[in-house]
Amino acid sequence: MQTAVIRFPASNCDRDAAVALEKITGRKPLMVWHRETELPSGVQFVVMPGGFSYGDYLRCGAIASRSPIVQDIKNRSERGLAVAGFCNGFQILTEAGMLPGVLMRNKDLKFVCRPERLKVESNKSRFTSKFEAKSEVMFPVAHHDGNYFADKDTLNRIEKSGQVLFRYADNPNGSLNDIAGIVNQEGNVFGMMPHPERAVDVMHGGTDGLNFFKSILETI
Amino acid sequence: MKAHVYVGLKSGVLDPQGRTIARSLNNLGFDEVESAFQGKVIELNLTGTDVVAAEARVKDMCEKLLANTVIENYRIEIKPDTKAAE
Repeated sequence: MQTAVIRFPASNCDRDAAVALEKITGRKPLMVWHRETELPSGVQFVVMPGGFSYGDYLRCGAIASRSPIVQDIKNRSERGLAVAGFCNGFQILTEAGMLPGVLMRNKDLKFVCRPERLKVESNKSRFTSKFEAKSEVMFPVAHHDGNYFADKDTLNRIEKSGQVLFRYADNPNGSLNDIAGIVNQEGNVFGMMPHPERAVDVMHGGTDGLNFFKSILETI
Repeated sequence: MKAHVYVGLKSGVLDPQGRTIARSLNNLGFDEVESAFQGKVIELNLTGTDVVAAEARVKDMCEKLLANTVIENYRIEIKPDTKAAE
């Protein structure tokens, strides 16, 4: 199976994502530069990595979300391509309009960097099928702008349709409804502020992230 | 000509930075400050002299990039080039 990681100027979790993907697929992901206009053919799963693309200028993820490769990924996602974004990758997906809502400055204005306990809200999704429903997992977080916000109607809609897949056990950033990770209505685009790619090796202090990658990769 | 774009959070959206600014001003003795809101100003230098056309273009820029309308609103001020107008 061929996967890809998109690299933007100041991405910094691209290598972490690549190591995680190779560990599970046994095949190196393609590293795709943001100025490319098209994904290489044959790519079946795309990761938008964490980092500080474009120095977080204007708004986190805003400039990256307007790059040519993201437009191509958006078009392909509308035809079913599986995409996941972590941290800055999540911010890029919301800015691109591929996921609802927006990530705002953390409520207490602090950068949070720590292991975070999350509740798996549902395992009826392509991204969480390998987890036990309502189980607790530990993924690291490291962000300044992870405060999930959406207007009331949007929030009601994503809650009702089961699009909230992960919630914080101990909300670190003020996110509405403790939301940590969501999927789009079609079920093929996922974003979360925590880093499953940094929880795939015992040396990371935990391997709860493995089930995330195994879930989505099994469906492809 | 110049365009000034003022981008700010919509009312009802939590603005922790504005709240912190207000609190800090209160701590400095400015008790009359009830609340503060922090936004940003983007100044654009534009070619052309057609103010109406420029305003429409800048509005398009706001919708496509400068503001995230999920949480932000924006206001545009066009300042015609005085030299060009003479």
